[in-house]
Amino acid sequence: MTIAVLLKQVPDTTAKIAVSGGRVDQSSVAKWSTSPYDEYALEYALQLKEAGGGDLVAITCGPARSSKMLTDAAAVGVDSMLHVVADTSEMDSTQIQSILAAAIKHCGAEIILCGKQAADTNSGSTGPGVASLLGASCVGMVSEVGIEGDGFIAQRGISSGDERVVVSKPCLFTFDKGLTELRRPNVKGIMMAKKKVIESVSAGDLGVDLGESGVKINSHAPPPEKPPGQKFEGAESVPTVVAKLREEANVI
Amino acid sequence: MDITIIAESNGNELHPVTSQLVGAASTLGGTVTVLCPGGIGEKEASEISGVAKVVSLKGDCFSSFDSGAWSHVMTPHCGDGIVMGSSSPSGRELAAQIASKMGVPVVQDLTGIDNGLMMTRSIYSGKAVETSNASGSCVITLRQNAFEAASLGGSAEVVTVDSSSEVSVAVKEAIAKAGERLDVSEADIIISGGRGMGDPANFSHLNEVADIIGAAVGASRAAVDSWDEIPHSMQVGQTGKTVNPSLYIAVGISGAIQHLAGMRSSKYIVAINKDPDAPIFGVADYGIVATWEEALPSLRDELANL
Ligand SMILES: Cc1cc2nc3c(=O)[nH]c(=O)nc-3n(C[C@H](O)[C@H](O)[C@H](O)COP(=O)(O)OP(=O)(O)OC[C@H]3O[C@@H](n4cnc5c(N)ncnc54)[C@H](O)[C@@H]3O)c2cc1C
Repeated sequence: MTIAVLLKQVPDTTAKIAVSGGRVDQSSVAKWSTSPYDEYALEYALQLKEAGGGDLVAITCGPARSSKMLTDAAAVGVDSMLHVVADTSEMDSTQIQSILAAAIKHCGAEIILCGKQAADTNSGSTGPGVASLLGASCVGMVSEVGIEGDGFIAQRGISSGDERVVVSKPCLFTFDKGLTELRRPNVKGIMMAKKKVIESVSAGDLGVDLGESGVKINSHAPPPEKPPGQKFEGAESVPTVVAKLREEANVI
Repeated sequence: MDITIIAESNGNELHPVTSQLVGAASTLGGTVTVLCPGGIGEKEASEISGVAKVVSLKGDCFSSFDSGAWSHVMTPHCGDGIVMGSSSPSGRELAAQIASKMGVPVVQDLTGIDNGLMMTRSIYSGKAVETSNASGSCVITLRQNAFEAASLGGSAEVVTVDSSSEVSVAVKEAIAKAGERLDVSEADIIISGGRGMGDPANFSHLNEVADIIGAAVGASRAAVDSWDEIPHSMQVGQTGKTVNPSLYIAVGISGAIQHLAGMRSSKYIVAINKDPDAPIFGVADYGIVATWEEALPSLRDELANL
């Protein structure tokens, strides 16, 4: 059984985002991290491997700096790493998905875990799109997954609450915040990870013909400035605020 | 141009966001077809003005959510132009699957689109805004409450199609929602509590206010992580829900960047915090520097007297 976890390196959630020349200025990002939901995918991928055996491969598609994230994943127990080196910032969903689907096939994985959306694009297209390309069952908004019989049991969120669903491989899970703590690497893990070799390929090496992006980014801009708010001292101002909510804002 | 809308359902009814999708489609111009998975809301959809045709998709696969099976049945009914859905979690999943089966790109969670198909969306959790253009067919999802709803008064024909697909995600057990309360992602008014509430039992004060104005109750991650009584389903922010209500009231929440990521696009924000320097005041339209112990009883009474 080969398990793949898809990871994306994004600006840390605390990082300031600056825009210059109509694009987010990647060079000004102070700290890069693994996208938060991907960390839950990684944690459950490790748990599946521990429970059922098999190989766990971490896959990313991104620029050279992303390899650090793969080494971090190796430090908590990932067996092998595949880095498709590419600048994804102007790619559309079809291009990214075809690279990742090819990368997964390259590794022979039939169980795939990823985050429900990345913290930079905030889209949530990659997991389900890749599942579709691979003909794998897709379970979204997962908070927990385990092995059941020959298949898997996952808890997922749907609009009416949560439910537990069963699937068999090939299958893909996209993770919401999980019901568990994330593990941290220990010194031994970090030392071992440094010795592991990352397989580094291009989209072309995987036989992917990217073609043109079907979506052209026109520009990035800082969010619109909000006019400064009004601030009141003390609970005695509550009636004033309620009156304003009714008369100025018209929301109650 | 053909515009195919994927109706969003809410239990056995049409979700109100569906009218917003039709409203947005009408500003683009084109022939609007609404697909109703499982036939849910077919009659309501046919009464939305601007809808030319409703395709009611009946089949066993629609009894539970399986984006693979659903998209397999739905994709052949999607026209060449624009396919449009809601950016709810299931809406996004379905949109991505349909786009992949059509071989076209998907652009999620738009907050604006104009008739030149210039699309606006927020990226980096609200820290930047992206505008982009699709060069051909594409699938898009729209953020709830960001578009004007179309009115009623239509009378579109309803075509029923029976087709199913093999379901590969089998539901074993449903886990009921923790409470009867409105979900934050559905609410037009939200009152959220943070670590400053001191104790989960004190959320009863937020519930009281919420009951008066029909609000949902949300929470910060610190509240969710500290107290088992506060479920993750209530969490607003980067690793919780992104909300877009008319009014968001933050109580005892400092306003960490990851919390703001989930609520800064709210139309109006009220903050109640005892610390005058709390960052939440930076995004609040109306800030009240006070403890919740002092402010909430007064808020409850004032709202009850409206
Ligand atoms: C990857 C990542 C993802 C995250 N995702 C999220 C997320 O989705 N959502 C989220 O909320 N956070 C998230 N966080 C956590 C975030 O950084 C903050 O830690 C969290 O939002 C703080 O919650 P808080 O404001 O309730 O608590 P605190 O920061 O402890 O603030 C408590 C506030 O209450 C005020 N207060 C205290 N007593 C009273 C009183 N009696 N009356 C009135 N006010 C009072 C204090 O002045 C203070 O401002 C994330 C962090 C990381 C690293």
